Amino acid sequence: MSTVPTVPGLSGMVRRRTRGLAGSDKVAVVCLIVIAVALVVAVVGPALAPHDPNASNLNDAFVGPGGGHLLGYDSQGRDLLSRLLAGARTSILGPAAVVVIAVLVGVVLAVVSAWRGGWVDSGISIVMDILFAFPGILLAILAAAVFGPGLTAAALSLAIAYTPYVARVLRSAAVRERAREYIAASEVQGLSAWAICGRHLVPNVTPLIVSQGTLLFGYAMVDLAAISFIGLGVQPPQADWGVMVSTGQAGVLQGYPAESLSAGLCIVAVVVAVNLLGERLAQRNEERR
Amino acid sequence: MLRFVTRRLAMLVLTLLVASFAIYASLSIAPGDPLSVLTGGRTLPPAALATLRARYHLNDPLLVQYWHWLTGALHGDLGTSIALRESVNTLIGERAGVTFELVAYASVLILLFGIGSGLLAGLRRGLVDTSVIAGTTVLAAIPSFVAAIALISFFAVRLGWFPALGAGTGGLDRLWHLTLPAIALALSALAIVARVTRVSVREEMGREHVQTAVSRGLPWHLVIRRHVLRNASIPITTVTGITIASLIALSAVVERAFSLNGLGSALVSAAASKDFAVVQGISLVLVAAFVVTNTIVDLLYAVLDPRVALGSRAE
Repeated sequence: MSTVPTVPGLSGMVRRRTRGLAGSDKVAVVCLIVIAVALVVAVVGPALAPHDPNASNLNDAFVGPGGGHLLGYDSQGRDLLSRLLAGARTSILGPAAVVVIAVLVGVVLAVVSAWRGGWVDSGISIVMDILFAFPGILLAILAAAVFGPGLTAAALSLAIAYTPYVARVLRSAAVRERAREYIAASEVQGLSAWAICGRHLVPNVTPLIVSQGTLLFGYAMVDLAAISFIGLGVQPPQADWGVMVSTGQAGVLQGYPAESLSAGLCIVAVVVAVNLLGERLAQRNEERR
Repeated sequence: MLRFVTRRLAMLVLTLLVASFAIYASLSIAPGDPLSVLTGGRTLPPAALATLRARYHLNDPLLVQYWHWLTGALHGDLGTSIALRESVNTLIGERAGVTFELVAYASVLILLFGIGSGLLAGLRRGLVDTSVIAGTTVLAAIPSFVAAIALISFFAVRLGWFPALGAGTGGLDRLWHLTLPAIALALSALAIVARVTRVSVREEMGREHVQTAVSRGLPWHLVIRRHVLRNASIPITTVTGITIASLIALSAVVERAFSLNGLGSALVSAAASKDFAVVQGISLVLVAAFVVTNTIVDLLYAVLDPRVALGSRAE
């Protein structure tokens, strides 16, 4: 924080704000662009697709790029680029849902733990410790056995598996915040616990929530795609990057790896961007402390 | 220390009990009548149905059924796979070897190359450091199954150096078959371990007692060994242990990618075909392996850093 001006006040705050993430950090700018593009494609992806992602003509299977098909065809003779664009939806919004649910539940549990302390805190800790026993992928496989394969069950089980990670990190931050004097002052003034937590405590740990959520997105994306890859998540013929890596595997063995590798590359590109951004956010939190 | 160990072991037992119940109960409340799987859609006379119900304890309340299953499991009997007409024990016994070897092979790679490159980058600034940072940033983001496909595509199909599928038969052949799967499984974990190793070494090198040791003229290798590595080993051990534990579940994905006949791939096909006895048995084994590994990591942590056992909680 050496660049923070010595004169406190509005100008300093403004500069600190605008300095933000993107200020002079080229890597962060690139990451933000990659993530923004991925999000846009996830929302409007199928509309951008030059061809119908599910229209197949087996005569075109594995045909390379050409004739308005920028990336060529997949194993079923479908336009590869269109499938990548259409597949962005589940591949990006699925993990986003996982992160939103895990963070919401995790924050509530963390704040309740920190606020109430005592047996509530110990109880929540023990439950979280037990939840740690289930790796996300294993929980998703169990869920698929019970409810049948599908994106919803997979995403929910990942959210459950990630909750303890969020709750644990945020609990210690919330405990630290809870001990601050301004909280005691607000309590003396008669503010309700809801008001203090909602207006002061949670906003004050928000940077941590954001950096944790960003890092979690990388894990969620990899795990969710892995579940689709093993056939228990998004079901073919629906386009999804994890599914495409799997359906392209037959082509890989015949020497046509384009489908698998392009879908894999999409996943890696987004995860790299998200991880780099998350690391930078986490680093800024450390410095701020 | 003893108190710490007892508490940790008590937590281990509690976790295993709750987890085993969760595994059993979740599959028991699954929609659909277990008998329909047993009969395979045929209509059986009521007497036969009653026999089946009695044999599989389907008339008992959930807790009693769980108790039958748990005591069976503790005596080494996990029931029978309905679809495969095979005891779950035999199934697990046949497949556990491959999974264990895969995870062990990947762990060796992580220890050698993850910690190795992390130490190298931590101790040497400059080109080595920069390339390790850049390399691990990308590697950490490569999902195991994408790595698997890329490795198959390049090393098995294009170059033909390694087999693309299967686990081979014993000895060197097995090692040769498991090389690509182990790399795929280890890759992103290896990158994470390397990064943590690098940061921990850097942090220790900047500490005052290290500076003092250097300025007192201690030989460089002694400073590194006694002051830097000893302290850095604490976070390194923890992260390595936790990542290795996480490979246990992840092996399912890699086994699918390479068509290996391991526990994970059997679990996935059992889940898809709703073969509940197999799902329960393998999940129990994998969760137990995961939890036990994590407990060992915790205990190691306390051995390396006695403050943990002295303090009431590891904060």
